[in-house]
Amino acid sequence: MGHMTIDGRHVEFSDEKNVLTVIRNAGIDIPTLCYVSELSTYGSCRLCIVEDDRGKTFASCSEKPRDGMVIYTNTPRLMRYRKLILELLLAAHERDCTTCVVSGSCHLLELAQRLCVDDVRFKNTREPQPIDRSSAAIIRNPNKCILCGDCVRMCSDIQGINAIDFAYRGTDALVTPAFNKTINETACVGCGQCRVVCPTGAITVRNDVMPVMEALADRNAIVVAQIAPAVRLALGDKFGLPKGTNVMGMIVNVMHRLGFDEVYDTTYGADLTVLEESKEFLERLSSGSGLPLFTSCCPAWVKHCETKYPELAQHISTCRSPMGMFSAVIQEYYKNPEKNEGKRLVNIAVMPCTAKKEEIRRPESKNKGVQNVDYVLTTEELASMIERSGIVFDKVDIESADVPFGIGSGSGMIFGVTGGVTEAVMRRLNQGHDRTAMADIKESGVRGMEGIKEFTYRYNGRDLSFAVVSGLANADKVMEEIKSGEASYDFVEVMACPRGCIMGGGQPAKSGPRTRTARYKSIYETDINTQIKKSDENPMVTMLYEGLLKGKTHELLHRNFEEAQREREAAEQ
Amino acid sequence: MLDQSYYDKTDAIIQLRGKEERFLIPIIQDIQEAYTYVPPELLDYVADKLNISEAKAYSVASFYENFSFEAKGKYVIRVCDGTACHVRKSMPILEALTENLGLSKRKHTTDDQLFTLETVSCLGACGLAPAVTVNGKVYPKMTPEKMLSLVEQLRKENE
Repeated sequence: MGHMTIDGRHVEFSDEKNVLTVIRNAGIDIPTLCYVSELSTYGSCRLCIVEDDRGKTFASCSEKPRDGMVIYTNTPRLMRYRKLILELLLAAHERDCTTCVVSGSCHLLELAQRLCVDDVRFKNTREPQPIDRSSAAIIRNPNKCILCGDCVRMCSDIQGINAIDFAYRGTDALVTPAFNKTINETACVGCGQCRVVCPTGAITVRNDVMPVMEALADRNAIVVAQIAPAVRLALGDKFGLPKGTNVMGMIVNVMHRLGFDEVYDTTYGADLTVLEESKEFLERLSSGSGLPLFTSCCPAWVKHCETKYPELAQHISTCRSPMGMFSAVIQEYYKNPEKNEGKRLVNIAVMPCTAKKEEIRRPESKNKGVQNVDYVLTTEELASMIERSGIVFDKVDIESADVPFGIGSGSGMIFGVTGGVTEAVMRRLNQGHDRTAMADIKESGVRGMEGIKEFTYRYNGRDLSFAVVSGLANADKVMEEIKSGEASYDFVEVMACPRGCIMGGGQPAKSGPRTRTARYKSIYETDINTQIKKSDENPMVTMLYEGLLKGKTHELLHRNFEEAQREREAAEQ
Repeated sequence: MLDQSYYDKTDAIIQLRGKEERFLIPIIQDIQEAYTYVPPELLDYVADKLNISEAKAYSVASFYENFSFEAKGKYVIRVCDGTACHVRKSMPILEALTENLGLSKRKHTTDDQLFTLETVSCLGACGLAPAVTVNGKVYPKMTPEKMLSLVEQLRKENE
């Protein structure tokens, strides 16, 4: 506790970790480029520079608050410094702003305008670097990198991967994988969190809008899309709607107008996942082997686990992800000539996720060597399609998703947030459907935005032990404990992105604590407003098991390990 | 893939220095000492052993000019470009060598693996400026002409 004087105003502070936070809490938005509150402090951009009463300047992000400090944040001298810093950063930055994909959301550009940088007097002396398009998820353009290191710290602090880091020094410094390898040669899992924090266009999402547009224009194609739970809570951000607004009805309408033949709801696919994963969990529980069961919905987590903990990979559920199951079902459904009208099927998935772009290419995701999903579009890509079309989004009507795959349960909906998969499975395990049972589950410790949650839940006279994790560095902690025997669980849910898919790498970027709270609340509100709470009570799911899925659950709903084996052998030859 | 002996040697070095992240630099110094350069495979191997990522290890190693990831030539020529040598015209020596050996800013070793050209910031032999070392032997008060004739002599010895 203490107080300081900021620009002549008296300001109280308590346990803020640095002066910058105190200043921001006092309602002054000091510019920064290398400061992300969740990551370790780096102090390289120097934009948060402030001045004390003795004229000493320092970076406020790297200074602890002290009682009695007197600070000025906006003196002419500081303005000059900040402007020069930005000018120098801009000089070494590929400034093709008019055609840059992130122009509208570029933090560097925004600050340059805010701080009135009207001229760049210096030449760019950096050697041009090749653009890395090797990843199915992200594209890396080092020429736009300003070396703030946000991506590096995200990748190491939060995700524990550290696929990229600084290399060389001085004017030669670069953010790159080791030995200038390409991203696909690293342990990158495609989570896209680096791109979320990148203040420029140095890391962007691979864009698949054009091929989808081509498919929509093709009269011989039937184009079907599924919408993931988290997409509907975030798309509205791009069109100025209040944060967290559920715009599913508008998405369905606008996608029909864009030419999609059918628009389905991935919550339906999530319901299939709940049934299959619960079944697998119960089997493993009764046989007592293969525990803990790891969830398999998050492709970034699956890849991370396989790469870093191959000895534990058999704990990963054999289930496909909700998108994977659903797309395989859609493929099967449209094999029927009555349904496909003699046209070819183009299967699209709209996801909050960049790693899904990699998932669809994995052999385990395929059937008979064919991809089930043709293209994954992120929430941002869907927004860009809408913008391009000229349809005024906030004026569109609402529509409900198409039959027969447009109905999902509340359990399917909450897949979009950390703890959702686990809660859905717990609901399924619980035979009853009374309000107390649902409330018990809700209060069990499964909810909340913490990175690691541990709790037990009584089932069939036995205390089942759960761990719910988001962020891969957190997953590493849990995995190390499992390996050493320090902890033992029956069920472990992991989502790579902190707080789950609502904050996925494909969601509209520049989303802070307010956005995440709004999305978090909204996803549970949607659950509350859904009459069907449990996946097994979704009548359309029951129908599917009695019809199309008969004798095909293994083929369509579980990962195709035979295919993976074949591809491995082919690669070895 | 390197010969198994490289990995055994590296294991011994890690054993000697300690299996901790903070010993990364001494470990790769020892590796460079043993092989005149740091084979990329070994950097990856060390990173794995110290439980850090390859990108992190590369970040540290590439920061220092002294670490090389390419096999060096039989003769390692180091041209001193410290302040004293610089003002006493070390640059023309470097330029003459670069041209004569067909090297560039990015290419440090000749195709025949005979010569590697490096610059150093100071050899601590300022009184002998401009100084050059070949495989550790100091050649004082060099000129481009003397340098080129030395290179010629070394070439002849290897014919």
